[in-house]
Amino acid sequence: MIVDRRPLTFWEKLYLPAIVGGLKVTLKHAYSTLIQRKVVTMEYPEQKWTLPENYRGAPYLVKDQEGSTKCVSCQLCEFVCPPKAIRITPPGASGQKADRANAEKMPKEFEINMLRCIYCGFCQEVCPEEAIFLLKDYSITSTSREELVYNKEKLLALGGEHGGIQKWKHKLEEAKAQENFPVKV
Amino acid sequence: MNWNFIIFSLVKLAVIVGVVQGLVAYSVLAERKISAWIQDRVGPNRTAPPFMKYVPVIGPFLTRLGMFQPLADGLKFLLKEDFTPAGVRKIYFWLAPALAVIPAMLTVAVIPFGSNLGDQKMVMADLNVGILYTFGIVSLGVYGIVLAGYAANSKYPFLGGIRSSAQMISYELSMGMSVIPVLMIVGNLNLSAIIGWQSTHGWLVLFSPLSFFIFLVASFAETNRLPFDLPEAETELVGGYHTEYSSMKFALFFLAEYSNMVSSAAMMVTLFFGGWTLPFWGLDQPATSLLLGVAHILVFMVKMLAFMVLFIWVRWMFPRFRYDQLMDLGWRRFLPLALFNILVTAIWMWLTAK
Repeated sequence: MIVDRRPLTFWEKLYLPAIVGGLKVTLKHAYSTLIQRKVVTMEYPEQKWTLPENYRGAPYLVKDQEGSTKCVSCQLCEFVCPPKAIRITPPGASGQKADRANAEKMPKEFEINMLRCIYCGFCQEVCPEEAIFLLKDYSITSTSREELVYNKEKLLALGGEHGGIQKWKHKLEEAKAQENFPVKV
Repeated sequence: MNWNFIIFSLVKLAVIVGVVQGLVAYSVLAERKISAWIQDRVGPNRTAPPFMKYVPVIGPFLTRLGMFQPLADGLKFLLKEDFTPAGVRKIYFWLAPALAVIPAMLTVAVIPFGSNLGDQKMVMADLNVGILYTFGIVSLGVYGIVLAGYAANSKYPFLGGIRSSAQMISYELSMGMSVIPVLMIVGNLNLSAIIGWQSTHGWLVLFSPLSFFIFLVASFAETNRLPFDLPEAETELVGGYHTEYSSMKFALFFLAEYSNMVSSAAMMVTLFFGGWTLPFWGLDQPATSLLLGVAHILVFMVKMLAFMVLFIWVRWMFPRFRYDQLMDLGWRRFLPLALFNILVTAIWMWLTAK
């Protein structure tokens, strides 16, 4: 293949028009930044992004609308977590009961190591209780590694409340209703 | 022993070194700020000493301008680990930064940065061979870079050093040739005399614009600035001749580059733009009062800063020259052009001679 290379004209060979053109372009940009204040960058801590609705930030535990822990310590998220960032300590046989009626248990301790977390969202996806969500926090900082292992209180405090169907609330009545199912007349 | 002379010289020396160092520090800031503006960014606007938050209006304003950034930069360079890699040629490795800085600082000595304050002439050394001295010293600057490249015992600095030696020597030639018409017109090598001639006849850039143009381009090459920054082409040579340097030794190369910029800006002002003179407001004669003396110094500074801004501005316009293009430009374009310029000037002077 033959590339058609046009020979440079006299003015192009002189470079000078190109130099003037370059000066003009840079001057225009300097003018728009300095005088018109059109800056393409953002001054981060003061200005922040508006995050998209489906943004995956740090995973936190949420409470239901009555303020009780939604997590039932099933440990599915712990098993699914690819970088093994989640560590759940279940209450055990004689451990603490859940802080709401009918729910069987809640985790004794729930830790997420934010240094390990890769924000994949598998935990949120796998959770049968809608108890863990990837919220919009992206700036996770601390002065030590230990601080970045978030425990249950911290996760619940950060996660806030997330309403929805309260799966366990009417479980008892439902179970009783089941017992008398074929309704005896 | 003339004590008066010694004391005043020492004071001038201290002031000049201080001012040049300050200029260097703040031209780094100017470089960052102007680059930012050209690229639609804001530039450094955070750094401030802690007490600045108690200063009401001026504090935040200076902080946004980045006025304290050079202090932080300097401090950082001082506090970094000064690392000497294994396998370097130690003596040369330690010698090179000094050899780069010393000539850069020495050139400022002959430049008249003002007429006089009281009865003190505002020039360190009013040499009769001013320009020759400058060229002599400037060509020493290449040794620092070449030694740095050689001493580092690493291929990228070595390539940078080789490039630099070829480039600086080539452009030294066209730079020297470009000044000859100036000397022919003025008939004196003394920089003060050149300024004196310009105050009566007009700026030399009007008499010999081609000289100025060649000098300008050659000084870009001499100071290793873009588009001729081949010795430190980051994209090709990692960092160029100072790749292996760290801490204050690296900072010294930085210092040398910017001091070179300062001194070549000062040279251009002196040779082509009338030095400390202005053709109006009666600023073209040596000062009779202290106030006029200060005004002259300010005029010189403003002209020089304008050239510094040009140096920085040009940086964001051109891609780097390829090595052969650089050599081609130096030897096959500018050298003949400079010689031609000398010839034309000679003919013109012969025709206009009485």
